[in-house]
Amino acid sequence: MSVAAENIPSQFEVLDQSLESQMTLSMGPQHPSTHGVLRLELQLDGEMVIKAVPDIGYLHTGMEKLFEYKKYQQGIVITDRMDYLNPLGNNLAYVMAAEKLLDLEIPDRAQVIRVMFCELQRIASHLVWLGTHALDIGAMSVFFYCFRQREKILNLIEAASGGRMTPSYFRIGGLMIDLPAGFERRIRQFLDDFPAAMEMFETLVTGNTLFQSRTQGIGIITAEEAIDWGLTGPCLRGSGVDLDLRRDNPYSGYETYDFEVPVEPDGDVWARFRVRMREFYESFKIVVQAVERLKPGPIKADAPKIVLPDRDDMRKHMDSLIHHFLIVAEGFNIPEGEVYMPIEGSKGELGVYMKSDGGPKPNRVHVRGPSFINLSALPVMSEGEMIADVVAIIGSLDIVLGEIDR
Amino acid sequence: MADTIILHEFVEKLKVENPSWISDVKEAHGEVTAIVPRESIVDVCWVLKTKHGFDMLADLNGADRGPEEDPRFEVVYHLFSTKHFNRLRLKVLLSEDEPNVPTVETVWKTANWHERETFDMFGVIFDGHPDLRRILLPSDFDGHALRKDYPLRGYEPYSLT
Repeated sequence: MSVAAENIPSQFEVLDQSLESQMTLSMGPQHPSTHGVLRLELQLDGEMVIKAVPDIGYLHTGMEKLFEYKKYQQGIVITDRMDYLNPLGNNLAYVMAAEKLLDLEIPDRAQVIRVMFCELQRIASHLVWLGTHALDIGAMSVFFYCFRQREKILNLIEAASGGRMTPSYFRIGGLMIDLPAGFERRIRQFLDDFPAAMEMFETLVTGNTLFQSRTQGIGIITAEEAIDWGLTGPCLRGSGVDLDLRRDNPYSGYETYDFEVPVEPDGDVWARFRVRMREFYESFKIVVQAVERLKPGPIKADAPKIVLPDRDDMRKHMDSLIHHFLIVAEGFNIPEGEVYMPIEGSKGELGVYMKSDGGPKPNRVHVRGPSFINLSALPVMSEGEMIADVVAIIGSLDIVLGEIDR
Repeated sequence: MADTIILHEFVEKLKVENPSWISDVKEAHGEVTAIVPRESIVDVCWVLKTKHGFDMLADLNGADRGPEEDPRFEVVYHLFSTKHFNRLRLKVLLSEDEPNVPTVETVWKTANWHERETFDMFGVIFDGHPDLRRILLPSDFDGHALRKDYPLRGYEPYSLT
């Protein structure tokens, strides 16, 4: 036996000792499971994560600066590009901030259509989450089934607004245009088909023991920590905090709908998964109620100097034509003031802080993106976990980098 | 609105505790804004969190009033309670010469990234912050992009090389 061989410790000793030198691994920004261009600086001891530092900004497009150079109605288009999986939620938060500054009354039909589309969008956003989350963990086929259902929702949004991922359907004072003929039949068809799809997802993912063992007990955050780190939405409800702005700070008439707020106490990846899976059913319930409430009526507020007139009116009335010209060419002024408008987006509290100096362009628009805040808690959840579990934790946070970097 | 009465009560309680904590109170659109002197912001936040149930910092952001104004910068805190669901806005006004404010990261952990973003975009310095680096823009970026005197297209085309 040579001298060198004596110095080599036996197999089991190597496994039991921790490494003297830690390893730093840069995960992303092109890693597919980071859902975009997130980079994580992971300090590893073997496969265990000692420290995780998220590095963001790769998708920064200066939207908050751009808002200040665009008229209020032009800003709606920018909001589509932030959280591109939940564009109608962004539209709603932005237009409601402006409406709050203007003290506008929105007609009932417009409110019902807003609620209906926001919940459809939430289902679509959760479908992307479910597909990619399952894909990250290794279940490939779920992705295709989810996108097939999402396609139906995007078709509905396209039928109403003309855009699939960038609808800009909600406008300050109401909606862009009324629902097309035959829309109710199409949405009822979707509602008839969707429960069967949900049942399939539950069978495909929820009952899967591999999926359960990859998610249960992973990435735990307690309720106190979750509040301290500002988590909102399904991530907060997955830690057992019963908070939903649709119920607790109601807007757009959500207080008149009958729905439950799913809460799971465990705070792990599985709990966040269960919350979102249960939210599918609650959103579905709200859409069904909203479709029942669709009654003919105006879709725009009675404010001719703010809301664009109908094309038909412009051909018949001189003053409509003048208002149209003024709104498009010069915009409308919003009185001086500041508001913060929070809504329950598909990922958490989506807040828009809008400050007006009395002119046709905002002085400052700040968007509190839920993904941004939820991601900041990633180190708390992932430290002490295995590197493969970090992928599951990122998936459970449901981040969209377009909203994080803005 | 009935809601703002509760919010005014919170502000009154703060005033009873220490009259110098609140320098002004404004109400508009059903929201109450309390202007707080910079040196007492951490105390005010701590009392609101521990005694009045404002356990979550919903948002923290900056605003620039324009280079000719004094005080020029605003740091806006949106407090939220997960128990009684009220929202309160605090505001600190800062001059251009001394854009320093104590960090509230010690009160709410979530302030960490919010403050980094505000530093990145406005150049407001949060004293005592554990990791005050740029967050969205590259570390060698020149200037603070959301200041009103920063041009929309930047000073010169940014190059990654």
